[in-house]
Amino acid sequence: MVSLLKSIINNVLRKPVTRCYPVERRNSFAGSRGHVEMDPSTCTFCGICARKCPANALTVSKEPRSWTLEPYKCIVCGYCADICPRKSISMNPNHGLPGGI
Amino acid sequence: MPGSKSIIPFGPQHPVFPEPLQLRLMLEDEKVVEALPAIGYVHRGIEKLAEKKEYTQNIFLVERICGICSFMHALAYCQGIEMLMNVTVPDRARYLRVIWSELHRLHSHLLWLGLLADSFGFESLFMQAWRSREAVLDIMEATTGGRIIISTCIVGGVRRDISEELMAEVLKTVDALERDLEIVRPVVFDDYSVKQRLVGTGRITSEQAYDLGSVGPVARACGIARDFRETGYAAYKEIKVTPITETGGDAYARARVRIREMYQSIDIVRQAVRDIPVGDIAVSARGNPEGEVISRVEQPRGEVIYYIKGDGTKNLERLRVRTPTFANMAPLLAMLPGCELANVPVIVLSIDPCISCTER
Amino acid sequence: MSLMNTAAVSLGSLLQEVADKHRKRYRFVTMTCTDIGDGYDILYHFDKDYELYNLRLYLKKGEELPSISSIFFAALLVENEIKDLFSIPIRDLVIDYGGRFLLTEDAPVAPMGREGCSRSIDIRLQGAPEEEDK
Repeated sequence: MVSLLKSIINNVLRKPVTRCYPVERRNSFAGSRGHVEMDPSTCTFCGICARKCPANALTVSKEPRSWTLEPYKCIVCGYCADICPRKSISMNPNHGLPGGI
Repeated sequence: MPGSKSIIPFGPQHPVFPEPLQLRLMLEDEKVVEALPAIGYVHRGIEKLAEKKEYTQNIFLVERICGICSFMHALAYCQGIEMLMNVTVPDRARYLRVIWSELHRLHSHLLWLGLLADSFGFESLFMQAWRSREAVLDIMEATTGGRIIISTCIVGGVRRDISEELMAEVLKTVDALERDLEIVRPVVFDDYSVKQRLVGTGRITSEQAYDLGSVGPVARACGIARDFRETGYAAYKEIKVTPITETGGDAYARARVRIREMYQSIDIVRQAVRDIPVGDIAVSARGNPEGEVISRVEQPRGEVIYYIKGDGTKNLERLRVRTPTFANMAPLLAMLPGCELANVPVIVLSIDPCISCTER
Repeated sequence: MSLMNTAAVSLGSLLQEVADKHRKRYRFVTMTCTDIGDGYDILYHFDKDYELYNLRLYLKKGEELPSISSIFFAALLVENEIKDLFSIPIRDLVIDYGGRFLLTEDAPVAPMGREGCSRSIDIRLQGAPEEEDK
């Protein structure tokens, strides 16, 4: 383990590569699949997203108009955002906090 | 009493195992005379679930078979469906698939290196490897939106393109990684204490490795030049890959193969970024898969095999996955007898086991 | 599209054919079992120089499958898996897990079979939308 000694000393003298989460947070990358967002003003409640969701996390009904996402079922694949005909669904790059979106 | 036998249940919870695997070890004093694996702790019935989902939804399902080489699972699945539906993938998409495949191989091998170092108590090597891995995961998130389960492969191409600026970032990441590897490589290759633990540990002959059907680095460490990338799927037609082999057949040879493969992956990424053509990233695929096909892809742990049978509807009739660790399980049983109990973790981690893959 | 290099074998000639493959230095890759209603479609995959060769066996329900694990040791894992998931009786296994390789005692019987599953598993979760055909 002597051969790693040089980099161990370097590591001791350098500032840590980890962050002091949650005080200091990393910014999300643009285009990161953080969480699903829906814009109700353009949505027609057609239900395509609910039928295509691989995890059955979405429930949509036309009458009464409702769109529900179960955060614990959602696998954040972004497939709903891809197939939405009105582009009402989008991916927000910020990751949701534990305990809900 | 000398010569008496005892049975030790090794796992499913063990400090060095990242996943639940139980080995029933028959011991004579400190020596293993027989090993029997007991699995089934993470069996999720994915093959059955795949029959209930649409074939497009299955991409996201098969990605979740493995949390390490998920992209390659999606790639093998998509390539199979594309063969069934006669879809030709655009050139740019083929190159992008190669770039992400190799980034996956890099992070997988770095993860393995950390776990192996941890298995013989070399904590600083473990930290070093996982720190480097983090950079790969970051570039993966920047280019695809996900750290490991990147969900970019679809039938007919890929979902995302990598822009010029991000391509430069990818190059910067692999350059930095190469510098990091220069620190790690001499440690694994030459360090006295590492060699003490790895050389001669879990040795199998080339004959055994072939006969027991080993794949990937386990086979290549025995001198069997098998790397499915040689057959030229995706853009490996243009980017030539020569299998990296060693002849030792022990844990040390397997470590050497993987370290050298990381350098190879870095070269492939550079070559792919340099040669990538401009153009579309996906074609639309109409219709449903019909017929049966076998699709194979070289994963970090070896060759994965997808058997896909479609009946012309949007649901598949059968999806069968043979993952590399499943193939490497039989060689593992040949490696264990004769070793010391203290070397069992090192041997198990030297095949880079992925239990979630094995059980699906 | 159908599989390349596929030859049909009968139950009687299976072990002979497999031993022949072993003699000719083929590598055992895996087996695939599919429930096709009145029987099982079992494929034995072998590999040589990146080329895949398959043996196709039709097994009627209720028939016993001879194990090839004495010829190819590596087959024992996948044979135990098939025994679990399809409840196919397999004889002469080198190591027989007795149907408890992947599944536990309270698991459903033959979960991969089309029918005959003693406990129905409802894969569709609550709140899932009804299937609608276009």
